[in-house]
Amino acid sequence: MARFAPGEAVHVQDRHPAGHLRTPAYCRGKRGVVERICGSFGQPESYGFGGDGKPFQPLYRVRFEQARIWPDYDGPATDTVEIEIFEHWLDPAG
Amino acid sequence: MADEREHEHDHDHEHGHDHEHGPRAFQPDLEDTVPHSDYQYLEAAVRELLIEKGLLTADEVRAAIEAMDARGPHLGAKVVARAWADPAYRQRLLADGSAACRELGVDMGPTHLVVVENTPAVHNMLVCTLCSCYPRFLLGIPPLWYKSREYRSRTVREPRAVLAEFGTVLPEGVEVRVHDSTADMRYLVLPMRPPGSEGLDEAALADLVTRDSMIGVSLPQSPKQAAAE
Repeated sequence: MARFAPGEAVHVQDRHPAGHLRTPAYCRGKRGVVERICGSFGQPESYGFGGDGKPFQPLYRVRFEQARIWPDYDGPATDTVEIEIFEHWLDPAG
Repeated sequence: MADEREHEHDHDHEHGHDHEHGPRAFQPDLEDTVPHSDYQYLEAAVRELLIEKGLLTADEVRAAIEAMDARGPHLGAKVVARAWADPAYRQRLLADGSAACRELGVDMGPTHLVVVENTPAVHNMLVCTLCSCYPRFLLGIPPLWYKSREYRSRTVREPRAVLAEFGTVLPEGVEVRVHDSTADMRYLVLPMRPPGSEGLDEAALADLVTRDSMIGVSLPQSPKQAAAE
């Protein structure tokens, strides 16, 4: 059961654990909007060390405004970047 | 499960060539000069064990490599051309990329494909900042630049500068939307059908579709450009 719905604003958690992750550093701590729910997939933190990926997590595509990611972004305010992020990395943005 | 996730065991090293090089014509085989890495030893050891234990045959390994090498942008081009020609197919492709590709007989393996559509308002472009995820079942082995640190870091940071270096300048007011392929999805850009392509059949449409236009760093060829080739 996915916690967030498309269109909902989310915050990427700003944590920096060691190990294998698929949450790029450049989007941590940033706010975006859920574009779609991709399904349920195993956790890279577990797969990276021979684990079974469980419990599987909902995976989202989150759309960010480039200007929120890079304060000095050189381009129109409408430019965006979409990133796949697992639910255990997301908080509601309110 | 065999998947495409960050398993980049390409053999992209350049092979020796044997044409004349003036007075010093000897060209050593690169295999003699480049040390084998631990991973290459590991791969060989595991492969030989699997064969020795009868779990795989050497011919199955060879055939898998042959199938991998046979994939290429012609597969993606076929999908794009069908989407241009058939609006109902285009809808299915945008709704479930992998299922729509399988409809055309493309082996998608375990790929979860998301097709992103270029429109007059939005231009899509693909990158994998964390490694080099790529829609291999549709486009084959990625170009070297796609895996370069420069492309991977700059595409999310300054996509318009990267596009300009590829010769792609978009009209004012077009949103650039970068897709960072970070986890389990793979992406394909569905480019806009070029003007002047009305009346072309699917095979002729497929000839307009380039690899780079499906990565989103370029646009498809016009019928005139394709005819000039």
